[in-house]
Formats: sequence, structure tokens, C-alpha cells
Amino acid sequence: MDILIAKLPVADWINDFVKWLSGFTGFFNGVTNFIGAIANMFQWVFDLIPIWLFFVLILGLTFYVKRNDKKWGLLIFELLGLLFIWNMGYWRDMTQTLTLVLTSCLIVYVIGIPLGIWMAKTQWVNMVMQPVLDFMQTMPAFVYLIPAVAFFGIGTVPGVIASVIFAMPPTVRMTNLGIRQVPVDLIEAADSYGSTSWQKLFKVQLPLAQSTMMAGINQSLMLALSMVVIASMIGTLGLGTQVYFAVGRNDAGAGFTAGLSIVILAIILDRITQSLKK
Amino acid sequence: MTIEVEVKNVTKIFGKQLAKAKKLVRENKSKEDILAQTGATVGVDRASFTIKQGEIFVIMGLSGSGKSTLIRMINQLIPATDGQILIDGQDLTKLNKQEMIALRRKKMSMVFQNFALFPNYTIIQNVAFGLEIKGKDKAQREARAHEALELVGLKGYDDQYPNQLSGGMQQRVGLARALASDTDILLMDEAFSALDPLNRKEMQDELLRIQSELHKTIIFISHDLNEALKLGDHIMIMRDGQVIQTGTPEEILTQPADDYVERFIEDVDRSRVLTAANVMIKPAMVNIEKSGPRTALREMRENNTSSIYVIDNQQRFIGMADARDVIELVRKQQKDLGQVLQKDVPTTNPDTPIKELMSEISTTPIPFAVLDEREHLLGIIVRGAVLGALAGDGVTE
Ligand SMILES: Nc1ncnc2c1ncn2[C@@H]1O[C@H](COP(=O)(O)OP(=O)(O)OP(=O)(O)O)[C@@H](O)[C@H]1O
Ligand SMILES: [Mg+2]
Repeated sequence: MDILIAKLPVADWINDFVKWLSGFTGFFNGVTNFIGAIANMFQWVFDLIPIWLFFVLILGLTFYVKRNDKKWGLLIFELLGLLFIWNMGYWRDMTQTLTLVLTSCLIVYVIGIPLGIWMAKTQWVNMVMQPVLDFMQTMPAFVYLIPAVAFFGIGTVPGVIASVIFAMPPTVRMTNLGIRQVPVDLIEAADSYGSTSWQKLFKVQLPLAQSTMMAGINQSLMLALSMVVIASMIGTLGLGTQVYFAVGRNDAGAGFTAGLSIVILAIILDRITQSLKK
Repeated sequence: MTIEVEVKNVTKIFGKQLAKAKKLVRENKSKEDILAQTGATVGVDRASFTIKQGEIFVIMGLSGSGKSTLIRMINQLIPATDGQILIDGQDLTKLNKQEMIALRRKKMSMVFQNFALFPNYTIIQNVAFGLEIKGKDKAQREARAHEALELVGLKGYDDQYPNQLSGGMQQRVGLARALASDTDILLMDEAFSALDPLNRKEMQDELLRIQSELHKTIIFISHDLNEALKLGDHIMIMRDGQVIQTGTPEEILTQPADDYVERFIEDVDRSRVLTAANVMIKPAMVNIEKSGPRTALREMRENNTSSIYVIDNQQRFIGMADARDVIELVRKQQKDLGQVLQKDVPTTNPDTPIKELMSEISTTPIPFAVLDEREHLLGIIVRGAVLGALAGDGVTE
């Protein structure tokens, strides 16, 4: 009966586990340095290029990805939106947020796509990963901040780590799904002509999974962006920090302009990656 | 002729409890019993047959009888549960993955029911796929792909994508892809079933033409007895995973092994499907208002017939004249064909099924005249042509 009354010490176990993990300082320092280096590289580039060049690059990229459907409304939106962010004085915050998002997404894709492929090809990996992905996605994002701080301190790196965990599932899932959705007879055709697994993957499965995978890649990007405010609580700088400060100062106006800047950035990133799908 | 493929006692069981299911198969338990007892499905049950080099071997059977499973065991897309499959004396079931890949590249290619063309590849890239997999360089493989496309009668579509082509054309591409990889064996799983009747007939003719040039060994699955009779050097009939009968088309038609095969044959009883229009031929014809006995006689001589069909200025059918009577007229220097016209010719309309005409055709010596609603003469039905059509060499065109 005791077990029904006494609280199971799950929290203690987790704490012990976290404490045990923090023993591996060497490993965590290595990861911190590595991710920090990637983030610094992005930030260095953003600080280096003049603002007008940034405008040109974004508009040029949009022009390139939209060259087929010829809807140029987005170009005008981007021009006005970026001017607004600049005018509000949030330019550097915006590039910091972009750094967080791009660093997280880079890691998400490098890990998530191979993982999705592995799940599609190996049944037991699929069975193991499904519940793990469910867990990663439904656990409130705040919770990831705690171990992230414990292992990686404060600043950009723990923000990236938390974002990576939170944003990973769609990329993995959609890669898995996209590959599984390739019609059986195309797989049979590839096999019957003597393809190796790699030939089948690169010549048939990935090209045909591409548009589904792009949907996952887009979702991951949006999830990473949605972490910016949360990550600002552990010292990740960016537009989120401005929102967070505004809340602290009860400054509705500043909160709104910073929030709106996040929305503008979200729409730009979303539309560009969605066009890549086609 | 050398033997190309030899299948010995091959069994495929889908599901778990394989050992138990295998034992039940050996005890000759039925497919349903085995499913009920073990939950395993018997796909193919101890099939044995040999396929000779250069022949078209047609596998027939109702849906679920194991045709697709069997053909996929021949290239090991589906591994066999039991038995041996010998190609060039090599047992496929014993090959490891690398050896199997090598054999697929060298020995066989497959054509699929729903074409299975890669939507992300152009036509030429699709056709060159087998060669690309083998690592041939681009110029080499595209040159070969061009030859294959030409062979199937598709030129100038190189840079289109599969969805821009009609079904018939897509299957030509599927066939070209198989031919381009220069393998000895072609596996065709209901390759023409998704095509409309006209395209289907055209593809069958095309396949026969190509086969007469290339002499591949072709394993062809079909649902359609007419197709099987037309294409097959040998036909194998399956039921519930078992081979019921293997033989030449004549053997299958004349000595069906059991009721199942008999039902197969009668199911495609052509007399029910074919109509008067399918079997009619063009008669020797003469217009009574324009020509006399001499023209009629010449017409008969040219057409090698002993009677002539007579029409009037409105193209209406009015009767038939016999050669002997016409010769008599000519000798008597008479000019009017009307004197010897026989009016009691049996007539029918083009949509009448042959089945309804069969008994009359076999009793009346005079061919039927096929007339449309305005009594225009479209053609005549002679006994020989009807029997020929029923035996499969269509008079349709
Ligand atoms: N992957 C599979 N798993 C379980 N059972 C299968 C599988 N593939 C085929 N079967 C079973 O094996 C039997 C033979 O199927 P198969 O597809 O070979 O028949 P078929 O003769 O090609 O039929 P159809 O004319 O409909 O194409 C069927 O009872 C089918 O349900
Ligand atoms: Mg089938």
C-alpha cells in the first residue's frame, strides 16, 4: 500500500541522472564550443555584411525561389517588413534570432534527416523512435531549459540545444514518412534492375520523398523560431530578449513591436522555405 | 533448346509460424486450413516448371493464385520460403545480396502493371535507368536508350516526363527500359492489363515483333486467355498457389487438366464477346444499275470467289448471284443480272453476337450479309472466318 501513498521519487531519479551526466564536463564543453563556433560564425557573417546587402540577399533569394510561380507580393512584404525591423532598432536582435534559428536548424537537419532515413529503412529504429519523438514534441519546451542550463550554462548554446530538441521531430518524421510513401512498384523497379541500397536511396527514395521532407524542414524551422522567447529566459540574445524585457517592464508598446518583428521574420522564413518545396 | 529457368518445388508462405505452415503444406492441407490454423498465407505452393530459352511463358490464374509472388521470386524481390530456382544452373535462393544484385543487373529486367516509371526522371533517363545502375557512362547509356525507344516505336519524347505520356506510351517506355538493360530474361507482371483494348492489342503485336528479333526469354503474367493464347509458347495455369497445368496453347484448349482449367477456357468463350462486325469480311460487290454479268464475273475472278453480292445505286443490298448463273448469262449474251438474283440471303446487323448466329452459320451454305439500318451492305460472314476468330486469329481488322 505504501507505494500508493508515497510519491514515487521520479524527480529524484531525474535529478540524480542529470547530476551524473554533468560529470562528463569534457564532453559538454566540447559540444558547447562546437555549437558556439557555428553560432559565432553565423553572427560574424551577419555583423560583417552591411544592411543594404542583407536586403539584396534576402530579396534575391526570394526572387530566385519564386521565379516559377511569379508572385511578387512577398518581395514587397519583405522590403517593408525588414525596413520596419531596422527602423525599430531591432536589426541586431533580428540577426541574433536568425543565428539561433539557423544554428538550431542546421543541427536539426544534419541529425534529423539521417535519423529519418534510418527509421524508414529499419523497423526496430522506427519502433524505438516513434515514442521518443512524441515525447520530445509534447513535453513543454520550458522543461528543456533546465538540463540545457545545467549542462551548457547560459547564453546562446543552451538556447540552441533546447531549440534543437524541440524542433527536431518534424524533420525526422517527415523524412521517414516521405520515404515510406514512395510507391512500392517504384521500389520494386529500382530493386529489380539491381540497385544497391544507396543507389535506391539517392536515385529514387530521396528525390521522391523531397516534397514531404521539405514540409518537415519548414515545420522545424518554425518550431525553432517559436523557441526564441523561451530561450531568451536563459540568456539567448535576440528579438525574444526584447519581448522578455518588455514583459518585465510592463511595456506593451515595446512588446508589440518586438513581437511583430518576430512575426515578420517568421513569415519571411516560412514563405521562402515553402517555395523551396515546389 | 536450352533451359533458361528451372523452378523446383518453390513455396512461399507469408506470415509467422513458418515451420508449422511448411509442415502443413507438405501434408497437402488447403490454403484456407493453413490460414485458419497458423495465420500464415500460402502464396505459392510447391510450384515446379521449366522455361526454355527464347520462349514466351505465360502464367495465368485467378486473382490471388500466386502469379505475382511467383514471378517476384524469380528475381528474388520476394525470397522463397522453400525450394530451388535455377538460372544458368545457379540456385538463386542460395545467393548472397551482392551476388543477387549482380545477377539482376546481368540477367533480368521487369515490366510492371502500372508502368512504375520514375516521375522525377525524363523518358530517356527512365529508359537508361538499368544502365545507370550498372555504372555505364551517360553517353553510352543514352545511346542505348535511344535504340530501345526506337525499337518500341517511341522517338522524340526523350525530355518529356512520364506523366506527359498516355498509358500506352508509358508502357512502351517501361518495355524500352527493360530492353535497354540488355538482359536475357524479361519478367512482365500483367504488363498490358492497365491498357485499353486497342493499345493492348497493339502492344501485344509489338511484343511479338520485338520478340521475333531479339528472342528473349519472357515470363508474362496475364488474366486474359486471349492474350495468353496469342503470346504464349507455353501457358501455365495456377490456382491457390499451385500449378494446375502447363502446356502449349493447343494442349490447354484441347486437353484441360480439370474443371478449373475448363472454366478458364469457357470463361473467355469468344462467341459471346465477338459480334458480326468483328468477323465480317469484305465481299465481292457489284452495282446492278451500273454493271452487267461481265463485270460481275471479272470481279469474282479478282476476288477469288464463286458468288457476288449485288447492290443498287443507293448502295442497298438486293441479293446475291452465283458464278455459274452469271457465266450462263454471259454465254446467252444477256445483260440483266436481275434474272439470276437470289434474294433469300440470310442477313444480320453488325452488333449481333456470333453466339446467336452460330447454329445458322453452320447449317446454311450461303454466307450471312451484314447490313446496317439503311440496308447498306457492310460485309459478309463466312464460316471459315468465324471459326478462325473463335480460335484466336482475329479477323477484326
Ligand atoms: N506481402 C504479402 N503478405 C501477405 N500475404 C501476401 C503478400 N503478398 C501476397 N500475399 C498473398 O499471397 C497470395 C498470392 O498473391 P499474389 O499477389 O501473388 O496473387 P496474384 O495471382 O498475383 O493475384 P492478382 O491477379 O490479383 O495480381 C494471395 O493470397 C495474397 O493475399
Ligand atoms: Mg498480381
